[in-house]
Amino acid sequence: MKAYLTRRYWFSASHRLHCDAMSDGENQATYGKCNNPHGHGHNYALEVTVAGQVDPRTGMVCNLVDLDSFVQEKIWERFDHQNLNTLSDFQGVVPTTENLCVAVYGILEREFRFAGVEKVRVEETMLNSFEYAGGREVRH
Amino acid sequence: MVYLTRKAEFSASHYYHNPEFTPEENQRIFGKCNNPNGHGHNYTLEVTVKGQVDGRSGFVVDLKQLKDIMNSEVIDAMDHRFLNREVPEFKEAIPTTENLAISIWQRLQPKLNVARLHRVRVYETPDLFVDYYGEA
Repeated sequence: MKAYLTRRYWFSASHRLHCDAMSDGENQATYGKCNNPHGHGHNYALEVTVAGQVDPRTGMVCNLVDLDSFVQEKIWERFDHQNLNTLSDFQGVVPTTENLCVAVYGILEREFRFAGVEKVRVEETMLNSFEYAGGREVRH
Repeated sequence: MVYLTRKAEFSASHYYHNPEFTPEENQRIFGKCNNPNGHGHNYTLEVTVKGQVDGRSGFVVDLKQLKDIMNSEVIDAMDHRFLNREVPEFKEAIPTTENLAISIWQRLQPKLNVARLHRVRVYETPDLFVDYYGEA
């Protein structure tokens, strides 16, 4: 029986939304306050959804210890208390929360082996959130 | 098609243990959750049903009916219970959040004759939840 397990994590990071291909005026018009050259920060909430058959021996889709330690090591350590613009993920890529979702999903899809990766959801603030399921339709 | 979600809360204790594993395996796989005296959670249940809106009532489902079914099939059976000992399916199955979602689906599904069950979501804590959509 297939179930979907979602775990919620937090990290804090700064960023500046700026596209080198745009003029200063276009950047200002597109990103507004988010274009401030000094950057600004958020407490991001990250939800990782994994999916798979429930193992009848353990009753689990995947062991939470494996998911938590993967996220801690590969995602939290990478993004928490960092300036996103300085990371290799965001060289030539604007660190919007859309692109952050895609980057996090990519890490999970490439390296997480304990269950299928279904979806990543990121809340940038309590008022906006973003979801990415590797190009598939998001299941609700 | 309109989707309707009803929430409920229940509190229960459980522990994780597979008698086919050695004590060491049980400890390695289940960690703290293997404590045979059990530990507890405040669970939040979200039941989502779907259906056409009835032209006369304007309802997908009579909410009172749905609430009564959730109470009699789930809350009465699980609230303030030790899941391993007092809920029959967990004498065999391990009462993980995955198996809870599946069990709740199986309890509700035969009783819902108006709207169709779409999703059962069980929060074990605010930071951990499982969704089950039945077997497509």
